[in-house]
Amino acid sequence: MKNDFILTVSQLNCYIKSLLDSNNVLANVFLRGEISNFTNHYKSGHFYFSLKDQNSVIKAIMFSSYASKVKFKPEDGMNVIVRGRVTVYEASGQYQLYVEDIQPYGIGALNLAFEQLKSKLKAEGLFDVSNKKLLPRFPSRIGVVTSDTGAAIQDIKQILSRRYPIAELVICPTLVQGEGAAKQIIEAINKFNELEAADVLIIGRGGGSIEDLWAFNSEDLARTIASSKIPIISAVGHETDFTICDFVADLRAPTPSAAAELVAPSKDELKKLLGTYIFSIELSLKSMITSSRAKIDSLMKCHEFISPMSIIQNKSIMLDLSVRKLNDAFKNILYNNKKKFISLNSKLDMLSPLKVLSRGYSIVTKKGKNKLISNKNKVKLDDIIQVRLSDGELDCVVKEIR
Amino acid sequence: MKKPTFEIAMKKLEIIVNKLESGNESLESSLKLFEEGMKLSSFCYNTLESAEQRIIKLTDIELKKKLDAGE
Repeated sequence: MKNDFILTVSQLNCYIKSLLDSNNVLANVFLRGEISNFTNHYKSGHFYFSLKDQNSVIKAIMFSSYASKVKFKPEDGMNVIVRGRVTVYEASGQYQLYVEDIQPYGIGALNLAFEQLKSKLKAEGLFDVSNKKLLPRFPSRIGVVTSDTGAAIQDIKQILSRRYPIAELVICPTLVQGEGAAKQIIEAINKFNELEAADVLIIGRGGGSIEDLWAFNSEDLARTIASSKIPIISAVGHETDFTICDFVADLRAPTPSAAAELVAPSKDELKKLLGTYIFSIELSLKSMITSSRAKIDSLMKCHEFISPMSIIQNKSIMLDLSVRKLNDAFKNILYNNKKKFISLNSKLDMLSPLKVLSRGYSIVTKKGKNKLISNKNKVKLDDIIQVRLSDGELDCVVKEIR
Repeated sequence: MKKPTFEIAMKKLEIIVNKLESGNESLESSLKLFEEGMKLSSFCYNTLESAEQRIIKLTDIELKKKLDAGE
């Protein structure tokens, strides 16, 4: 072997690279395949992945300058179409695909991004009914966040001035498409909350392509809507257009015009409602008066009202009865006491010492004293003693003591 | 007394309607409620009839708040 034909590794890789780079087919390849081993290098922002089909695999890299423009999030297993060029990474001697654009196969990139964000926020509970705020029934300030040049604001103004002119419209004009639109809408919502400048907000715009409506699929905007203290009605595009805002808002209106109708009842409805209230108030009072009158009537019809004398008569009879009862009771008491007195009196009589004297006994006391003399030791000779008989007294002198 | 907003007047009116419909009020308080209900409903009605749409910009509110705060 001649030395002239011996190459270094670098020389060989460089040669192969120059062959590949000069090939027109490899300079602009469209390739379909399934993503595997996807890594999003968080520092550099480059995507590293492989594309494969049933039999083969090729390494791929997408630099951050391209990767940052990808709306959806590439994932393993996803079928994609990529555009790029094939070249050799000389340091490792590996040929790989340098991707400049990537699209999901079958559906559009924006559709995919939409679905991805939707399922992410749904899983977080941002769409839950329990997170929805109640809309005021009769708002006095309605905030509107939309473009001041679009048809949406004109429709809203016109419909509300006809249907519900009592509310003040507070308008915050913003971009509604393109770069910076989502940011402006977020700022508007935050400002409304900060200033407490409305009871309810309508955010939206008229119809357009999915790209035109894209600002309303912003994740940041969705989170701002979810955390707004003021209830929000989302009114983006036409009836068939759905955005992330629609799902996270407290109410979705199919169009801006519909939002203006949903945000408050119409003047005519309210007048009707007031009519039924007045009718009900009057009816309630009428029936109250009727029932009160019926009560009075029934009271008037009762016996006492018709002949008040009968009350007095009844009372008078009852009074007589009571007097008679009282009399009887008094007589009874008197009679019983009399009987008791007589019986006690005869008992007393029987026990009286005077009774004993009448039978011939006498009571002897010392003269001037009440002390009875019951034995001979109590007297001396010549004592004057008093003898009580049944009909008088004798003063006697003691002549002898035996 | 400060003029009530349409919303507050409607709410008060609804409370009165419910009270009267319940039939639990005395005749005297029913008469008072009736009187108040009629006043509120005519206020609401007049508000609806005479209202004209007012449109302001959020920046005006912001400016006013700043002025009120003495900035």
